[in-house]
Parts: sequence; C-alpha cells; structure tokens
Amino acid sequence: MRTHARRNWTALSSLAAVALLASGCSGTTESAEGSGVGEDITLTVATFNNFGYTDELLAEYTEANPHVTIKQQKAATAPDARTNLTTRLAAGGEGLADIEAIEIDWMPELSQLPDAFMDLAAPDVEGRWLPWKEAQGRTPDGTLIGYGTDIGPQAVCYREDLVEAAGLPSDPDAFAEFLGGEDATWDDYFAAGHEFVAESETPWFDSANATFHSMVNQVEAAYEDSESGEPMNLAENATIKTMFETVLTESADLSAGLSQWEGDWDSAFQNDGFATMLCPAWMTGPIEERAGGVDGWNIADVYPGGGGNWGGSFLTVPATGEHTEEARKLAAWLTDPEQQIKAFEAAGTFPSQTEAQGSQVLADSKNEFFNDAPTGKIFSARAVALNDAPVAFRGENYFTIHSAVQDGITRVDVDGSQSIDDSWSGVLTAFSELGF
Amino acid sequence: MSVQAPIKPAPVAERTPRRIAFRQTRGNWDVKLSPYLYISPFFILFAITGLIPLVYTGYVSVHDWHLLRGQGDFVGFQNFIDVWNQPTFWLALRNTFSIFLLSSVPQVVTALLLAAVLNANIRAKTFWRMGVLLPYVVAPVAVGLIFSRLFGDQYGLINAILEILGMDQIAWHSDVIPSHIAIASMVNFRWTGYNTLIFLAAMQAIPKELYEAAIIDGAGRVRQFISITVPQLRATLIFIIVTATIGGLQIFDEPRVFDAAGTGGASKQWITVTMYLYDLGWGNQKNFGRASAVALILFFIIIVIGVINYAITRRISTAGPKKPGRIGNKTTFTTTRRTK
Repeated sequence: MRTHARRNWTALSSLAAVALLASGCSGTTESAEGSGVGEDITLTVATFNNFGYTDELLAEYTEANPHVTIKQQKAATAPDARTNLTTRLAAGGEGLADIEAIEIDWMPELSQLPDAFMDLAAPDVEGRWLPWKEAQGRTPDGTLIGYGTDIGPQAVCYREDLVEAAGLPSDPDAFAEFLGGEDATWDDYFAAGHEFVAESETPWFDSANATFHSMVNQVEAAYEDSESGEPMNLAENATIKTMFETVLTESADLSAGLSQWEGDWDSAFQNDGFATMLCPAWMTGPIEERAGGVDGWNIADVYPGGGGNWGGSFLTVPATGEHTEEARKLAAWLTDPEQQIKAFEAAGTFPSQTEAQGSQVLADSKNEFFNDAPTGKIFSARAVALNDAPVAFRGENYFTIHSAVQDGITRVDVDGSQSIDDSWSGVLTAFSELGF
Repeated sequence: MSVQAPIKPAPVAERTPRRIAFRQTRGNWDVKLSPYLYISPFFILFAITGLIPLVYTGYVSVHDWHLLRGQGDFVGFQNFIDVWNQPTFWLALRNTFSIFLLSSVPQVVTALLLAAVLNANIRAKTFWRMGVLLPYVVAPVAVGLIFSRLFGDQYGLINAILEILGMDQIAWHSDVIPSHIAIASMVNFRWTGYNTLIFLAAMQAIPKELYEAAIIDGAGRVRQFISITVPQLRATLIFIIVTATIGGLQIFDEPRVFDAAGTGGASKQWITVTMYLYDLGWGNQKNFGRASAVALILFFIIIVIGVINYAITRRISTAGPKKPGRIGNKTTFTTTRRTK
C-alpha cells in the first residue's frame, strides 16, 4: 500500500513538472512574437440580421493587419441583439464584444450611458457621413459614439404584373407618376390605392402598421418634446391621432391586414397578398427571400411625403473592451466607403457615406430580382431627398409610446377586434399605464 | 472468569491530561461537523442559486431600479401597487391560468393513458417509447416556428383545412381562447412524452402479482387500470402535477414565439406573467423594480397553488389505502391507524 501511494505521488509530481515545462515554453514563445510585430489580438464584432460583413471582407482586414483576428457574432434579429447589449451594459459591460453594432432606434436608451462607449471622434473620419447620419451617431452632449454603417432611404416596391392587370400605368416611371411623382403625398398614395382596388381583388399595401410607421418617421417630434425630451400627452397629440385615424380609415379597403415579419406576412408574398410595399433599401433583401419564384416585383423612384428613412445602423466601441483603439480602427475601416459598397453588394445595406454614394459601382448596381431595377440610382435619389427632410427627434420613451400606438393599429387592422375609436381609447389607457 | 475482569489498571488518570487533547477534540469535531460538511454542497449551491437571488429580488423590488441606470430611491411597496393597478398584469394572470389549465390537465391525462398503452405488451416497444419522447427533444423555438405556420390566421394549414371542410376560419392570433388553445397545444406537444416516460417508469415498478391477482378475480383492462395502476402511481402523480404546475405558471417560450413580435398580442390576448415580467424588465420600460415585484408575486402564487396541490394530493393519498382495506370496517381501520 505504502509503495503504491508513493508511486502515485511520483507520477503526479512528474506530470506536474511536465505541465509546468509546457506552459513555460509557450510563455516564452508568445513574448518573443509579441516583441516583434505587436500583440496578437482577437477582435469581436457583434452584428444582427445581415450587415454584409462576409468572411472574405473580414479576412481582408486580417491580411492587412496580420496581428488582428476578427470574430463576428451574428444575432438573428435586432431585438435579440438589443436585449443582449442592454443586459450586458447593465452588468457593467461584462462580455460585450469589442465592436457592438446598434440600430438607430436604440440610440435614445444608450445615450443614457454615454460613458459606456468610447468617443470615436477622430480626424480620419471627419465629414465622412451624410450630416444627419453623423448627427444621429452623437449623444445629446455631442459625443460621437457610433460610426454610421447603412441608411434606410425608402422607395415604393410594387408588383408590376398586378398593377398592369388592373389596367393602371405599371412601368416604374409611369407608376411613380401615378403615385404623384416628385411631390407625392400620402393622400396621393391612398387615392392611387382606391383606384387600384376598384379594379383588382388584391389589397393595395401589406400592413397598416408599416404605413403608419413610415408616416411617423417623417414627423419631426412624434411623441416627445424635442427640447426637454419629456413625453407629450398622447391624448392631446393631434398629429398622431389624425395619422392613426387616417391610416386606419384608408386601411379598411386598402390593407391586407398583415403584421410584418409574421408567418402570414411571409406567406402572403407567395399568394399575391398585396400590390405595394413601402421599402427601405435593406428591405429588398427580405422581399426577395420571401417572394422567391414570384415574378413582377419592381421598385419605383417615388415616396409619399418627400423623403423617408427607416432604420440604419451604427458601430460602437464599448469602453470596457480590452483593445478599444484597435477596435476603433477596425470600425473605421468597416465603415469606409470601399467596405460599405462591398456590404451593399453582399446584403443591400445602403451606404451612409457621401463618398460611397458617389461611387460608380453603386450607380451601376442593379437588382435582378426586381426586374433589374437600378437600385443604386433609385436609393441614391431617395437618400438625397432625405437631406431636405427634418431629422426626426426620438427620446428615450419613443419606443415605449410608439409600440402602444402600434398595438392599437394592429387591433383594428389585423385582429379586427375593435373599432378605430375604441382602439384609440385603448391606446390612451396603455399610455397612462406607462406612468409618465 | 468474573474475578479476572477487574484487572484493568489505574493508568487512566495518567493518560487523560496528556495526549487526548487534540486528537479527541478533532474526533469530536469530526463526528459533529462531518455530516454537515458532507451535505453542505447542496446548501451552498442552494444559497448561491436560490436564496441569494430571491433575497436580492426582494431588495430590488422595493427600489426604483432601471435596467441601465441601476439602483434608484427606496420606494417601499410602490412597485407592487403599480403592478397591481395595471390592467395588463391581470390580463397576464388570467392568460397564465387559462393556458396552464388548457395544457396541464389534458397533458397529464394523455400521458397517463399513453403510458398505460406503452406498458402493455406491444411490438417494437422501444421504438414507440422513444417516439413519444421525440417532441421533447425539439427546441421550443423550432416548435414555435412550426406551429406558427399551422396556426396562421390567413394562410395557416389548420385554417386552410377548415375552409376546405366548409367551416369558418378561426382567428388564432386575435381571439383570446383560440390563441390559448394554440399555445397549449404547443406545450402539450412538447411535454406529454416527457411525462409519459416518467409514468411508464413508475408503472414498471408496480408488482406484477397485483395484476395477476386481479386477472384471477376477473378484472378487465379498464378495471385494472383504475383500481391498480392509478392508485399505485400516486406518488408519481403528485410529482408530475407539482412540476407541471410550476412549469405551467412560469410558461414563457411558447407564447413568446407564438408571433414574431413576442409581446403577447395587440390586446395582450396571450401575454403571460413571465412575459409581462420580461417586458417590464427588459422590454421598453426597463423597470427592474416592477419586474422584481412581479417575480415575487408569481413566487407567492406558485407557493399558494403548491400548498393547495399538496393538500389535495395528500387527501388522495390518504384516501387511497382504504380501498384494499374494504374487507374490514372502515372506521376501525382508520382509528387503528391513528392509535399507532
């Protein structure tokens, strides 16, 4: 027994010695490399949906900077990424990626924690973006915490074949004229819809909520006072109430009564569910995904009420990261005109950089699925229209109030469970429950 | 013999002061503390994963607490009052109980019947037994995706079939009860097989003699099931009912994946208490104080239901043994037991 025990001990100690030696070796080699080129580091980039950051694109950066390895963490949907980000921020920044992509809609809540993000202002990125895009990337006190990636200039996507079958002008230019041309208003859009549904069995647009959301995007200060950031009393908010009523009244015969991103909406693309859709540049991807095999989609260079922007993202660098300076460099590179064009080609995310927008590649780009529509040209034109539009103000309670109103629209448009008036009073109840 | 016994010498007195000291006290500690040490991993784990979070939730619930901004002022029971006054909370409670009843009751009954069938002498036993567990292996989100296609309002499979049969379509996502049925069917799909296997395991432990005796007495299959199988499964039934209750009241995954937005419907038709909690804490309000208050309320509701469950099932278990004792006088049977 005794000898056995002793043998075990010797075995154990020799194992430990080997382990020590091994770790000692690796330690020395690491430090030798480190002194040569610069520390080997791994940078993580957290994105959602599809930013167009392909493996090849990321490999390009590693090629130019051999000491940097990049890992991308893709969340399936924006809400997932948002929850992940806010939860980790609440935990003091533990476990955040070196670069966190954010959507413009999250800016108000993140602005509450300006110290959680690096100030990214630097000479090499000055004047890169559309002015309003750059303004969105700043916290209220002017710190630049986000490098703009894409923007969501909106146009009208439509089914050319269905419009033609209804005996209405169907080619992109004529259709744009039909919707009111350059000075198109929402009333024009609805009036065109009435003309269409009189001649067709198909509803005019997919969702009252998407229409309402696009209209709210054009309001300078929708739910909150742009000076103080305080929520306005929704009961006295005539702009929103009128929009709410208009959209729902028109929807009675124009809307397909669908909720975007739901199963029914997905299926509707295959079933001629509706004729038009308000589409930001990035929406062309989701449409193609769902409407694969359906011919007749096209894009008209027109938008009711002037310019409209839906979505668009930023890259931020959390202050808790280990390699913030390297991360900033990578973020600057990813939002560089050249890379923005590549991302656009990969995923349809429209560049937010002025230089990228002037590029020939963009001007020449076409979308085969949309009957070879010149997407680059159309969305560039829609992006220019945005420069005249006011930058919409969104405070920290924007989303809370907006979703309460959207629930009200769903009750009428999708569920059909309430009248417009009842639903509006339900919205007001929900608003009062929020306890502002 | 007895004379030799008192040979024991006196040195006892000499030994006591010298060496006993450390060894024996260590021995004493060993006897007294070791058992606690041996079982301590459970209590340490429980304290870390159960008790501390619970107490901390209580601490958060009496404060103003924003997800991002962190701890605010002490507000006493204000969060509880706020939650209490929100109609959404009551809707969530109603939905939770409705979905819980629609899922748990059919689930336990079906599992029991399925287990009885699988326990019988059938061909390819293992195949069928693994088959019932298969849905449990499917990830809840995948179940949600599949069922959302089945229960689509306009283009769903079930509504399409109803239409072919000439019936009215059902508004699965708009009406309250249909949405609960749809969600409950997802829960049942996943959990029935799991419960079946537990029942099956318990059934295999029932002594065969009981059945043999019953067959000799001329009892049919149904009679055997009611008079032998079910009473013998009492302990398992209690276990399954209690776990199903806890699971049912905490239901989250299935209603959340029932639509893409995951907020419980525009009129909160199918929001549950845990979804409401999540929405308060991580949704748009980011109010941890209120979310903690809801968590504690849910905790107490589960305790109350658990106690009621326990009382009912105890009644069943004490009422049970009387049956075999029917030969004798009922009253004397119970009194003799009590005197013991």
